[in-house]
Amino acid sequence: MSYRTVIRRLVSSIFVAFCALSVLLALVPLAFVLFFVVSQGITAINLDFFTHMPKPVGEPGGGMANAIVGTLILTTLGSLLAIPIGIMSGVYMSEYAGSRFAAAARFAADTLNGVPSIVMGVFVYGFAVLPFKQFSALAGGIALGIMMIPIIARTTEELLLLIPNSMREGALALGATRARAVFTVVVPAALPGIITGVLLALARIAGETAPLLFTAFNNRFFATKLTQPIASLPVQVFTYAISPYADWHRQAWAGALVLVMLVLLCSLLARIATRRLEGLH
Amino acid sequence: MRSRDLGFRLGTGAFALVLVLIVVAIGVELTRQSMLSIQKFGFDFWRTQTWNPVTGEFGALPFIWGTLYSSLLALLLSTPVALGIAVFVSELSPARFRQPLVFLTELLAAIPSIVYGLWGIFVLIPLIRSIETALPSPLAQLPIFSGPPVGVGMLSAGVILAVMIIPFTSSVAREVLKSVPVAQREGAYALGATRFEAIRAALFYARTGILGAVMLGFGRALGETMAVTMVIGNTPKISASLFAPQSTMASVLASQFTEADTDLYLNALIEIGLVLFVITLVINALSRLLIWSMSRSRTRVRARATAVEAVA
Repeated sequence: MSYRTVIRRLVSSIFVAFCALSVLLALVPLAFVLFFVVSQGITAINLDFFTHMPKPVGEPGGGMANAIVGTLILTTLGSLLAIPIGIMSGVYMSEYAGSRFAAAARFAADTLNGVPSIVMGVFVYGFAVLPFKQFSALAGGIALGIMMIPIIARTTEELLLLIPNSMREGALALGATRARAVFTVVVPAALPGIITGVLLALARIAGETAPLLFTAFNNRFFATKLTQPIASLPVQVFTYAISPYADWHRQAWAGALVLVMLVLLCSLLARIATRRLEGLH
Repeated sequence: MRSRDLGFRLGTGAFALVLVLIVVAIGVELTRQSMLSIQKFGFDFWRTQTWNPVTGEFGALPFIWGTLYSSLLALLLSTPVALGIAVFVSELSPARFRQPLVFLTELLAAIPSIVYGLWGIFVLIPLIRSIETALPSPLAQLPIFSGPPVGVGMLSAGVILAVMIIPFTSSVAREVLKSVPVAQREGAYALGATRFEAIRAALFYARTGILGAVMLGFGRALGETMAVTMVIGNTPKISASLFAPQSTMASVLASQFTEADTDLYLNALIEIGLVLFVITLVINALSRLLIWSMSRSRTRVRARATAVEAVA
């Protein structure tokens, strides 16, 4: 074996080792983050966390009941806005996939997907907070909803395109209109996929903080009115994290643990829904 | 076309129009709301570096600097690792590890920014501080290491951003590599290439797409808000030092927006938002263009990009 061959093999082995090391390098922070969230969160979390209101500084205990309800309200508002728009535009983009307007809508969806979440907050502030001089749950819901739309639209589109054309043609051959063929045959077949899109969108926005900072703002009290500022888990975690109180830090870790569980649950359900869809074909 | 089908097309098309209108509305609204600042400062807004809300002086250069510095630092740290992962998963890993590895690296994108920030404050910053303190003194004389080792600052921001963008770059790069024809690698092996040489050829073949993947990560880093805000120190000062607390466009919005007490202050902040919007739009469009132009199985790569962004 020549000297040159030895060198070439050596370089190759080093390269392979580097690639394997890269995987480890990425898994270390993942394990590191998850370890701290779980170990710190688990000591701070208890039933009170879910059922009690935040306590004032200095009083130990208390929970994030208002923020948990707030997050549920905000994500529901977001879903109400995003699901119809997302699914219907997804249907358009897949049914008229070749048209120029579908390409424009696709580009718009990808652009929206890349807009920094803080910019989304500034945008919604401009038309939903500033004119009314009032932070509100509604504004927060709109901000989250706009962030969900492109995800739902694009997954709906991709998954509708997976449905065999023969199903659509069968319905059309039986004399169905295009709308009927799509809504009674194609969409139901792709339903698990569409649910995946909604779950992915929820997983993405459940932990979003930046778009809520100046739309939904925060609220120390229990609020269910949509025209009032409302607390949310991520914003509460942020407020507690940058505070100087050890007790609040513990609460922040507990909140982070709940958020991570929530996001993982949504991703897991999405994965199961995709499995079912793949099983169908 | 039957008229009922026309109704269907227009009905669903109206919803697709909403998507386009939202993008246009963001641009128009942000411009409208920042008019005061645009008219008063003009281009000087982006050339001056005094940011003093009390005296009404607004120069955004420190934020541009902070954004570029932190994002480029993140890119420098994350690109080799992300490409290494992409190569390992698509070319080297045994088939049964492939799916779990993809899942684990994409999990990095699923963790909310605020959780990274919390971890940054209580775990990463003390760690970075002890590394900074342990730096040998000859090195500490260099401008990029000047200033007290406080932990909070550019280095922490760069590290946290790097971790956060790895999954984006690596999954797109992996899909791009998959679209390199197998014959290409087989040809290299047939000529007696080592693994490294064959993969290098594949990477070279896929260079446009790889560049697109790196740019996609860059776009993410530019707009990343919460984690950066929590570790960078939010000081509007230009410094070359990795140790110095600085500020980015996104972090100044997150930390000062609700404090804006005058119209001019608010307009200046919104103008920063407008420019951040335009920059990320251009970077994302460019990266998608590169990825598409490279990839033969276009839809798959695109779908991948959307799916990863979806869980982020």
